[in-house]
Amino acid sequence: MSELKIVKKLDTSGMLCPMPVVKTAKAIKEMQVGEIIEMISTDAGSMPDMKAWANQTKHELLESHDEGKSFRFLIKKTH
Amino acid sequence: MANKLALIASKGTLDWAYPPFILATAAASMGWETGVFFTFYGLPLLKKDLKATVSPAGNPAMPMKMPFGPEGFQNINWPIPNLITNNIPGFENVATSLMKQTFKNKGVASIEELREAAVDMDVKLIACQMTMDVFGFKKEEFIDEANVAGAAAFLEFASDANVSLFV
Repeated sequence: MSELKIVKKLDTSGMLCPMPVVKTAKAIKEMQVGEIIEMISTDAGSMPDMKAWANQTKHELLESHDEGKSFRFLIKKTH
Repeated sequence: MANKLALIASKGTLDWAYPPFILATAAASMGWETGVFFTFYGLPLLKKDLKATVSPAGNPAMPMKMPFGPEGFQNINWPIPNLITNNIPGFENVATSLMKQTFKNKGVASIEELREAAVDMDVKLIACQMTMDVFGFKKEEFIDEANVAGAAAFLEFASDANVSLFV
């Protein structure tokens, strides 16, 4: 069992499109390769948006959880 | 090859200011090279002093919402007759502030914030020279990041963009 070391937490609760993606992109820029960020969102569109964002940026979407009223993502910076 | 987005922003009302800035910031967030050509009524969106407003006149499908009170009240679509929206002086100001407040309540970033994010992420903002001449705008009225150019310069940028949209 590998443990995930989260180095940064980003809460975008209350923000709508495109801010969760914009804030995530900004946050990941300030991280080192291999580090993991946890992003929380209440934007109902963030599940497909974060998948698309990870596909496009090639950062690794390790986990995405639908927690009812909010969504939780773990992303690893790959480059 | 990385994706590239070329947008034309041709409308300057508050509602129509959103699509180009939302698309541009989302694309830049995904690492796409992004450029927006601001032309005709879209050009004032590059002014230092943003004054985008919205009018229900000419927007018959625009929902009129109240940005205060309980959720059920806020979700009511107020059927305000054209006679009022088009003829009462100052109704445009009312509609603009109601829409701004509704956007804010729902968590939509302001146009100013989105434009700032676009600048931060190096979105290329191109101001149409011809529109400047027609409407008498000066370069000094625009934000420093605006690059003044013409149709040929934008088309060259757009020539290898795999997504290009006219808003």
